Amino acid sequence: MILSPYFYSQAIKLALSQIWANRKRSLLTALGIIVGVASTTSVIAALSGLKTSVLTEFESFGANRIYVFPDRPDDKPRNLYPREKIRIKPWEVRELQASCPSLRAITPVTEFGVSIASDERELDGITVVGIWPDWHEAENRRVISGRKFNRIDEVGERQVCLLNESAIDELRLPSDAVGSHILVDGRRFLVVGVIETLQARMFGGDSNTAELFIPFSVAIKLQSTEYFLRVIALAKSAEVSEEAKSEIQRTMRRIRGIQPGDPDTFRAEAIDRYIDQFKTLASGITAIAAGIVGISLLVGGIGIMNIMLVSVSERTREIGLRKAVGATPAAIMMQFLLEAMVLCLAGGLVGVIIGKLFAIGLTLIPGARLENADVPLWAVFLSFAFSAAVGLGFGFFPALKASRLDPIEALRHE
Amino acid sequence: MIRVRQMKKIYRVGEEEIRALRGVDLHVGKNEMIAVMGASGSGKSTLMNIIGCLDKPTEGSYELDGHDVSQMSEASLALVRNEKIGFVFQSFELLARQTALENVELPLIYSREAGLTSRERTRRALHALNRVRLADRVSHRPNQLSGGQKQRVAIARAILNKPAILMADEPTGNLDSVTTTEIMEIFRQLHAEGQTVLIVTHENEVAAYCQRVIRLRDGLVLSDLPVAQDQAGQVIA
Ligand SMILES: Nc1ncnc2c1ncn2[C@@H]1O[C@H](COP(=O)(O)OP(=O)(O)OP(=O)(O)O)[C@@H](O)[C@H]1O
Ligand SMILES: [Mg+2]
Repeated sequence: MILSPYFYSQAIKLALSQIWANRKRSLLTALGIIVGVASTTSVIAALSGLKTSVLTEFESFGANRIYVFPDRPDDKPRNLYPREKIRIKPWEVRELQASCPSLRAITPVTEFGVSIASDERELDGITVVGIWPDWHEAENRRVISGRKFNRIDEVGERQVCLLNESAIDELRLPSDAVGSHILVDGRRFLVVGVIETLQARMFGGDSNTAELFIPFSVAIKLQSTEYFLRVIALAKSAEVSEEAKSEIQRTMRRIRGIQPGDPDTFRAEAIDRYIDQFKTLASGITAIAAGIVGISLLVGGIGIMNIMLVSVSERTREIGLRKAVGATPAAIMMQFLLEAMVLCLAGGLVGVIIGKLFAIGLTLIPGARLENADVPLWAVFLSFAFSAAVGLGFGFFPALKASRLDPIEALRHE
Repeated sequence: MIRVRQMKKIYRVGEEEIRALRGVDLHVGKNEMIAVMGASGSGKSTLMNIIGCLDKPTEGSYELDGHDVSQMSEASLALVRNEKIGFVFQSFELLARQTALENVELPLIYSREAGLTSRERTRRALHALNRVRLADRVSHRPNQLSGGQKQRVAIARAILNKPAILMADEPTGNLDSVTTTEIMEIFRQLHAEGQTVLIVTHENEVAAYCQRVIRLRDGLVLSDLPVAQDQAGQVIA
């Protein structure tokens, strides 16, 4: 039995006019769907906005960067791996530098707090970072005036430093600070370069905070012997970053004498791992949101079923008449299914619009990093698909009931 | 045209069996106009519903336009109703929110004729409304029409697909005598134009418009006479 296009156009027209004629009731009925769709689409919008800003941030970090830091195996007693034993030492970094051909640059990084002072001011608890000259390449931070660190600074243990603009501001140094002297932990350091201040970013925090870099060889002398260091390495390209990672792993195990089968006492991680972790997290939240929607759509669906049953019984005579003039059971069934679906889709549409408005609202929240929040097209399609499915699923029973009405009894209905 | 043989209809209500039709034989020729009369409960509506393909007989055969329709499936019966039967009800059964024109077009929604243009649909509906002399009320809704006008819209809807038979179950039951005359004039004219008509009525004035009167009693045909003889018999009785 094929229904004509005219049937479909009339059925949809009728469905719309039914919704409009009972608009208050329709609104209340579709509320479950509206709320469900609106809440998911706005959660998805927020997540996708967050994802965009986080991912661009990760990308600007550089996907071929690898971090190495000490790590205690989870499943072993703590006292087997004392901090001192698993601490990364400078000679290990030099060994890595020598043994990992896939690396372009590698630097230890050690951080500690000191007080620093200029003529004008003294600042306490400033984080000083000790680095090799390779750091410039590994971190890719722009030097806006003066020069970078070089091997002479490192080997000669020269008391030179790099500052960022915030540090210059806080110390009230002249805006071109190169050539000035500052005191770091009571020692006199020459400012040789100015590094751009990091733009605000979500991870690795330090936006607009004062930063001070000194040669690594100098930094370890200012600390206790058990100072902590981590390693930043840069693979020659993103393609070989996995290769570089395993080179690091092999070298570290070799120089630490870790037997096969024994766990690593360090971790080497590429940035894409964090991206993966973040993506996993984001899709987890999306799945939870989808679950919430599933429940609210279920509730909405029950409302739809109820109202469709009411509609069928209110329009029993009409159904009888339609059958009398030639409507087949299939045609009646289809008409009521379409009606349920149109109702759900209308609810879905309102929900998507509300979600979209929410998303616009989110982009306006200052500092929330959601300026990219938007309802993605797939979420719109999914919302409509879900709504239609709810209409189909929950409209089925009422539609079946309508299609099975006996025309004579239906026409006799009060 | 219509041939009914030994038609029985038995309703079961709980334990009880209600024999609404107990073996009706009937023949309706092309372009006849027949009144079906009888006391309340005699089985008139039951017979009409079966002839109108809204219901199936429990026993017996029913041939419409050369086809045995007594045991057809629901979907096939719907098609027969759409193409061969025009039904007029006592209480009009118009869709309240639709205009007269839209009400008349209704059977086309379920038509097998695919690809009818909306112009063609409107043309046919207007033609039907013209035949019931209601061309000036096409865009009125039922609540803007009188009872007689509503029944004329219903008749237009019934004749839209040029049915083999036009059936009416007490079409004037809700109307006053002036309007009854108006409606019967329409039926008379449709009959004059070649339409086969079957009308259930309690009123002799209505039967007088027909050529033949079939009287039922307790689910059986009591008499089947030309109208003059029937009316004469009524006067004597
Ligand atoms: N669906 C049904 N279930 C049970 N009995 C029924 C049903 N429909 C009709 N009947 C019975 O069948 C008999 C015939 O009813 P029908 O409606 O055909 O009478 P009628 O001649 O049209 O009467 P009226 O003039 O009052 O309309 C009645 O006894 C009625 O009670
Ligand atoms: Mg009756």
